[in-house]
Amino acid sequence: MALFRRSKKQTTPNDGEATPTEPTQQRTPDDSTADSGSLWTRVRQGLKKTRDVLRTDIRDIFKSEGQLVDEEFLNRLFAILVKTDMGARPAAEIRDNIESKFSGRVIEFEEALAEIRNHLKDILAQPPQPVRFADSGPTVILVVGVNGSGKTTSIAKLTNYFQSQGKKVVLGAADTFRAAAVEQLIIWSERLGAEIVTGEANSDPASVAHRTVATALEQNADICIVDTAGRLQTQTNLMKQLEKIFRVMSKQIPDAPHEVFLVLDATAGQNGVSQAKGFSEAANCTGIILSKLDGTAKGGVIIPIRQEFEIPVLFVGQGEQAEDLAQFDADAFVSGLIEEEVS
Amino acid sequence: MFDRLSEGLQGAIKSLSGKGRLTEANMREGLKQVEQSLLEADVSYDVVQSFMANVTEQALGEKVLLSLDPSEQVIGIVRDELVEILGKEDSALSLDHDVNVIMLCGLQGSGKTTTTGKLARLIRESGGKPMLVAADLQRAAAVQQLHVLGEQLGIPVYSEADSTDPVKVCQNGVKKAKENDANVVILDTAGRLAIDEELMAQLVNIDRKVQPHQVFLVVDGMTGQDAVNSAKAFNEALELDGVIMTKLDGDARGGALLSVKSVTGVPIKFIGTGEHLDSLEPFRPEGMAGRILGLGDILGLVDVARQVVDEKQQAELEEKLQKGKFTLDDFKNQLASMAQPGLVKRMLGMLGGPMAQMNQMLEDEETEGGIRRTVGIINSMTLEERRDPTVISGSRRNRIAQGAGVQGNEVTQLIKQYEQMKPMMEGMAGKGMRERLKAVRDLHDSAMTNPLGGVQRTKKSTGTRLSSKDKRNNRKEREKLLKQTRRRRR
Ligand SMILES: Nc1nc2c(ncn2[C@@H]2O[C@H](COP(=O)(O)OP(=O)(O)OP(=O)(O)O)[C@@H](O)[C@H]2O)c(=O)[nH]1
Ligand SMILES: Nc1nc2c(ncn2[C@@H]2O[C@H](COP(=O)(O)OP(=O)(O)O)[C@@H](O)[C@H]2O)c(=O)[nH]1
Ligand SMILES: [Mg+2]
Ligand SMILES: [Mg+2]
Repeated sequence: MALFRRSKKQTTPNDGEATPTEPTQQRTPDDSTADSGSLWTRVRQGLKKTRDVLRTDIRDIFKSEGQLVDEEFLNRLFAILVKTDMGARPAAEIRDNIESKFSGRVIEFEEALAEIRNHLKDILAQPPQPVRFADSGPTVILVVGVNGSGKTTSIAKLTNYFQSQGKKVVLGAADTFRAAAVEQLIIWSERLGAEIVTGEANSDPASVAHRTVATALEQNADICIVDTAGRLQTQTNLMKQLEKIFRVMSKQIPDAPHEVFLVLDATAGQNGVSQAKGFSEAANCTGIILSKLDGTAKGGVIIPIRQEFEIPVLFVGQGEQAEDLAQFDADAFVSGLIEEEVS
Repeated sequence: MFDRLSEGLQGAIKSLSGKGRLTEANMREGLKQVEQSLLEADVSYDVVQSFMANVTEQALGEKVLLSLDPSEQVIGIVRDELVEILGKEDSALSLDHDVNVIMLCGLQGSGKTTTTGKLARLIRESGGKPMLVAADLQRAAAVQQLHVLGEQLGIPVYSEADSTDPVKVCQNGVKKAKENDANVVILDTAGRLAIDEELMAQLVNIDRKVQPHQVFLVVDGMTGQDAVNSAKAFNEALELDGVIMTKLDGDARGGALLSVKSVTGVPIKFIGTGEHLDSLEPFRPEGMAGRILGLGDILGLVDVARQVVDEKQQAELEEKLQKGKFTLDDFKNQLASMAQPGLVKRMLGMLGGPMAQMNQMLEDEETEGGIRRTVGIINSMTLEERRDPTVISGSRRNRIAQGAGVQGNEVTQLIKQYEQMKPMMEGMAGKGMRERLKAVRDLHDSAMTNPLGGVQRTKKSTGTRLSSKDKRNNRKEREKLLKQTRRRRR
C-alpha cells in the first residue's frame, strides 16, 4: 500500500513506518474473522520481505557463504531479469530453470547469475555478422522503425562507420512526412561530407528512395542508405508504404535492399516484440540497431525478439554523435544486462 | 492479451470452485495471472509488487471468495485500483498568469516537440494565445522542426540563430511574449538522458532562471521498465507538474504510465494518439486502466462517437427516433460523420486488445471508402425513396446504382442494412447512457462481422487484393476475436 500512497517526499523505505502500524492494523477488526487477521499478517510479511530485498546491501550477497535456493532467492532473481525488459515469460522460464537445477541447494547468488549469463549469451550468440555487402555495385540499406527510435541519427552513425572504412556513401532523405526531417539528415550529410538525395515535403518516399538508388548507381557509390519516416507497426497503410519502397528498390537492383535495419530504442518495453514482428513482415528486416544504450535502460527486449524472430542485432547506439556506434557484442551486452544489479 | 488474463483468471479460479469453496491458494493462483499481465504491459517490477500486495488483500476478502463470479470481481478490484492510482482526470492547464510558461522535458525522441505543437493548438482552441520557444539546440534541425509546426499552426516561434545557450533562449523567449501578443509560452527543450549530469543541470538552470509555471514530462508510451528511473530523476531535478504520454495510437499497453505515476505522484495530463497536431487527448484513468489490462476503452469510444456527431443533428435525430422516423437520410448523416479520415481506426484502437488487432485487418481507407460509397448511393435516391425505401423497384434500383456508379445488388444490400438498423436505432431513442452503450456495442459487433455492413466493395484497380483463402482466414480470425470479445463482455 505504502509505495503508492506515499507523497513524493517520503519515497525512501522507512522502518519506522512498518513497525508501529503493524499491531494496530492487526487488531483492526475490519472483517472480524480470525482468518483475515492472519491473512493480513501474511500479506504484511510478504511486503516486508520485498522491502528487505530492496534494502539488502548487494555486497552482502558476496559476503555470505551462499544461500538456500528458496522462493525468496528465486523472486530476487526474477526481479533482476524482469527489470532488463526481457519480459515476464522468458524471465519466468529462466527462473524455473534455475529452480529445477539448484532447488534446495545452498549456492551463491552470483553462481545463479553466472548460469543465467551463459544461457543468455547462448541465445544471443551469432556468427560474427558484419554488414552484408552487395557482390558488386552499391549496397543498399533501408532504415526503418517506430517514431523517435533513432533512425536518422543511426544513419549518421552508419555513414561515419562506412566512411571510416573508406567507402563512399549516398544518403536518401525519404522521411518526407515529419517536420524538418529532411533538414535533419541534410545537416548530418554536411557534417559528414556525404552525398544526399532529397524530396519535397510530403512527396512520395518511394520516389526519393528510387532517386537515391539511381544516384548511388550513377556515382558508383559503395553504400546507399535510405531514411524513412517513423511509423507504428499497427499503421497498415504506412507499413504498405514501406513495402512499396522495398519493391521499388528491388526493381532497380535485384538484391536490393541488401540490408533492412530496424532501429529499436533500448528503452522500449514489450512493444519491441511487436515492432520486430510488424517491421519484419512489412520490410523483411535483416538486422537490428539497438539505440540509446547509453542510458539506464537495458534493452533486454532483444532476447525474446531473438528467440522468436532470429533477427540479429548488428549495432548498438551509445550516444547522439556520429561516432557513438559500436558493433553488437553478446558478451558485453549480457554482462551489462545482469551485472549492474550486483555491482 | 486481456483474454489471456481473463481466461487465465477464470481457469485458475474455476478449477477450484468446482471442488467447492474458493480458497485462498486458488485465488493466489489467479492473482499470479494479474501480475503477469501487468508485467507484460510494462509496469515496472517494484510497482507491480506493491500493487499486487494491495489487490491481494482485497481479493482475499470474503466478499470475493464467496461471490458467484470471483474472476469478474477480481478484475473489478484490479481495475478500480488502477484507476485510483492513475488519479483523477485533470487536464486543466491553469493559465491564470499574464504570461504563463510551460516547459516540456523528457528523454530523446519521446515526442516533446510534437507535443509542444499539440499543446499550443489546444491552448489556442480554448482561447489562449500561445507562442513557442525552440530551446533544443542539441539535435540537428530541431529548431527548424518547431518552426515548421509553428507555421502549420500559424503560431509564433521564438528561436535564436547560432545560439548555444538554451537558458538564454528561454529567458529571451519569455521576454518576447508580450511583443508577440502571447499569454502562454511553451518551451521545447532538448531530449536528454536522466543520467546525463551536465544536461540535467542545464535543465535545472532553465527551471531556476525562467521559473516555468508548469513543467511536464513527456514519456514515450512504448517505454519499458526504465520508466521508473528516468521519471524519478526528472521529478527530483525539476518537481514536475504533470505527465504526458505519447504514441498511444499503436498497440503499446502503456503500463509505464503506472510506473511514472507511482514514482512521481504528479497528475497525468494528456495522451498523444498520433503524429498530427490534433492528436492530443485529455487523460482519462478509466480508459488507461482498461488499456493497461488489455480491456479496451469502451467509454472513450462513445465519447469520440459523440464528438463526431454534431449536437444539433443529434437532437433532431433524437426527435425522429422518438417518433419512429429514422430515414435513409438520417442513416446517411450518421455514416457521413463516421467517414472522417482516421476515425474508424481511432475507434478500433480505443477498443484495445483484440479489437485493436482487428485494426490491422481492416483498412481504414477501404472502410471509409466504403462509407463514402454508401453515402453516394443514398445521394442518388429521390427524396421519396429516402423516406420510404420500400418504393424502390427494380428499375429504380438500377437508376440509383447507375447514378452512384455501383452494382445494383449494392443498393439492395444497403436497403437491407437500413431495414436492420432502423428498429435498433429507434429502440435507442431516449435511452440512457447504459443502453446506448450496449447499442453501440451491438452495432459495432455487427459491423465487425461485416465491416461494411453488407455493402460490397467493388474491385479497385490498383493494389493487391486478398485471395479468397486469405479472406476466409481473415474472417475466421475476426470471428474468433469477436467471440472472445463477446465472451468478455458477457
Ligand atoms: N542518448 C542517445 N540518444 C540517441 C541515440 N540515438 C538517437 N538519439 C536521440 O534520439 C532522438 C531521436 O533520434 P532521431 O534519429 O531523430 O530518431 P528518428 O527515429 O529518426 O525519429 P523520427 O524520424 O522522428 O521518427 C534524437 O534526439 C537523437 O539525438 C543514442 O544512441 N543515444
Ligand atoms: N505515432 C505517434 N508518433 C508521435 C507521437 N508524438 C510524437 N510522435 C513522433 O515521434 C517522433 C519524435 O517526436 P519529436 O516530437 O521529434 O520528439 P522529441 O525528440 O522528444 O522532440 C516524431 O516522428 C513524431 O512525429 C504520437 O503521439 N504518436
Ligand atoms: Mg528521423
Ligand atoms: Mg524535439
